[in-house]
Amino acid sequence: MLTEALTTSALLFVIGTFGVLVRRNAIIMFLCIELQLNAVNLALVAFSRYVGVEGQVFVFFVMTVAAAEAAVGLAIIISIFRHYRTVNVDNFNLLKW
Amino acid sequence: MTLAPLSGLLQEGAQPAAYEPVLPGLIVLLPLLGFLFNGVLAMRVGARAAAAVRAGDDGPEHQDDGHKRWVTLVGPGVVGLSFVVVLLNFAGMFHADLHDPVVVSYWSWMVTGALEVDAALQLDQLSMIMMLVVTGVGFLIHVFSVGYMHDDPGYARYFSYLNLFVFFMLVLVLGASFPVMFVGWEGVGLCSYLLIGFWFRDREKADAGKKAFIVNRIGDFGFLVAMFLVFTAFGTLAFPEVFADAPALLEYGGVTVTAITLFLFLGAAGKSAQIPLYVWLPDAMAGPTPVSALIHAATMVTAGVYMVARTSVLFALAPVSSAVVAAVGVLTALLAATIALAQYDIKKVLAYSTISQLGYMFLAVGVGAYYVGIFHLMTHAFFKALLFLGSGAVIHAMHHALHGTHSDADPQDMRNMGGLRTSMPVTWITMWIATLAIAGIWPLAGFFSKDEIIWYAGLAASSSYPALFTVLWVLALATALLTAIYMTRLMVMTFHGANRTGREEARHLHEAPRVMTIPLILLAILSVVGGWVNVPEEVAASVLGLAGALPTSEWLHHWLEPITASATEIRYEHLGEPAHAAPFGGGEVLWAGLSTLAALALVLFTARAAARWKVVPAAEAAVPTGLKSLLFNKWYVDEFYDRFVVQPVLAASRFSWRVIDAVLIDGAVNGLGLVTRAGGAFVSLFQTGQVNTYALVLTLGVLAILGFVVF
Repeated sequence: MLTEALTTSALLFVIGTFGVLVRRNAIIMFLCIELQLNAVNLALVAFSRYVGVEGQVFVFFVMTVAAAEAAVGLAIIISIFRHYRTVNVDNFNLLKW
Repeated sequence: MTLAPLSGLLQEGAQPAAYEPVLPGLIVLLPLLGFLFNGVLAMRVGARAAAAVRAGDDGPEHQDDGHKRWVTLVGPGVVGLSFVVVLLNFAGMFHADLHDPVVVSYWSWMVTGALEVDAALQLDQLSMIMMLVVTGVGFLIHVFSVGYMHDDPGYARYFSYLNLFVFFMLVLVLGASFPVMFVGWEGVGLCSYLLIGFWFRDREKADAGKKAFIVNRIGDFGFLVAMFLVFTAFGTLAFPEVFADAPALLEYGGVTVTAITLFLFLGAAGKSAQIPLYVWLPDAMAGPTPVSALIHAATMVTAGVYMVARTSVLFALAPVSSAVVAAVGVLTALLAATIALAQYDIKKVLAYSTISQLGYMFLAVGVGAYYVGIFHLMTHAFFKALLFLGSGAVIHAMHHALHGTHSDADPQDMRNMGGLRTSMPVTWITMWIATLAIAGIWPLAGFFSKDEIIWYAGLAASSSYPALFTVLWVLALATALLTAIYMTRLMVMTFHGANRTGREEARHLHEAPRVMTIPLILLAILSVVGGWVNVPEEVAASVLGLAGALPTSEWLHHWLEPITASATEIRYEHLGEPAHAAPFGGGEVLWAGLSTLAALALVLFTARAAARWKVVPAAEAAVPTGLKSLLFNKWYVDEFYDRFVVQPVLAASRFSWRVIDAVLIDGAVNGLGLVTRAGGAFVSLFQTGQVNTYALVLTLGVLAILGFVVF
């Protein structure tokens, strides 16, 4: 049972990682990051069955932080979109020397 | 000395009481207070003058003279009060039977590891004589300065420096350890620098101050090294302990004691203007003339002689160093005397004369006659201060006369003087007394002290290095004769013959005011009677028939015995007691008589010859030729130093600046900066601002770490 859960979790995490690396749309990259977080949540829940209830508690924390992060991240993306009329991250490279 | 009559007034035959120092701190503190008071006034005056210059009026008519009354009161006053305290102490010490020095310790100055130095003053017979000279002669010179400097806008500044000098000089002579003495030693050097460059707007005078300071630094280096060596050898720097331990700790004639004394003598040669460091003293004449009298004739330049006398135990243990001291002294005396023969600047003649007389003092301490060195130091302070103050009065008068007609002739050039005796009789007579004293004519002060020196130099020939000391003795005799010649030349050129100032200027010539002539008269009296504090017993017995009758017969010798006894003991132990005869036979009376007759004959001869010289004012004079040009140009020693010392040092400095500093050090620093900037520019290329790139690098990094952890 654990093997299947962890395999699913790893697959989801790799999909999320690839999404972050190859996609240029900020919204999609953002969703991929959510995917990575939920892959980790899945692994935590699976482990909690063998190790203890702490894993499930941790999942609640991750979900709370993810919700907050989604609120802030989406707000930033919206304000960027209002300014540039695009959310393609290739256009945003001001944060350098 | 002033105190001979005073001591007679105090009751005779009283029981020798223990000596209790009377307010010794006050002796030192009073001049310091004077410095603070005058210094604050000088700063206020300076600030006001600067404000006046900014406001646009630089005229002397706007000078504020109100403060000068206070300066006149305080400047000489504190030194006079200090002299009174010294007199009280002298009276106490005179009646006490003092064998060991009284050390008054005020506070612990520094304690670092094994080194412990107290801020302590040492009162003994030697420091007493020095204090009497410094405060007594110093007071007279302060009074003279009131007249000499009265019209100078820097009046308060002048007296603050002069007071500060007296303070440091007293610290120098009273210090009970090498470091305390060194504080005074450096302090008087500082004041000398400040006062030589007193008129610092004149570039030449400011440079003279710098020259004095830099040349003195070379000597100070020697003093410092000697101090380090003393500390390594003794583990202490306090005078009483060092001198008590020296015979036991140091081997007679050993390397350590020879090194210590030679380095000490390097310091003394710097301060007291001996070969090879004498070149600063003639230039130091750029300062006001009373400064030349106080610092560069009577007190500071004799500090080297005082130091050798103070450390006499060490010098007695080092016969080689003592011989070096004596030889350098005589050579300096001779060299300076020859230069003095051909100088035209009245102060330059006196400066070389001072160097020459200091050479005599070093001869005395070099042959082990330490008290004679101090004796000559004292008499020299009287007559040389008088000569300088007299020349100051002459320059003062010449300056006013030339100023009156807006002439730009040099007021110090003797070729522009002549015939001043009619307008300045007091200066004329007092300066003749000093001239006869320095020439060694009986019975003036210089006769007794100089004759003792030459006599002891002759005696030294019978102990160590007979050939060397015989030569030194002959040279010392020859120099004594040169002294008579150049001093008579100075007097004749200045005061006798026809007047060369010009008719209009001659009407403006006048005697100095009384505030200047009274110090001259007092110093003239001292120059007459000063020698009687130490009439040699042999002379007193055979010529005067007064052996024992005169209370002053060899008084100074006995007075200083507690200081010099152990040094003399060491010398006698190793060299044997010297025979009581000159190298070519004859007793003290014979040679004293011969030398005074020769000096008198030369004075008369030079006076007659000089009267026939055709002297023309400086503006019309031809450039000296032949031997005279060699002497006039001071044997080209300054040029030699410039070529072989100053220029190489400048070249080395320029090399350090242009190559070592500008290329190597700056290159290393700037190069390091360049490398950092280039590295930063290169690394910043990786910062693209692209989020995906960062995410890729981050992922690869995590994978790499994971790979490292797992495999």
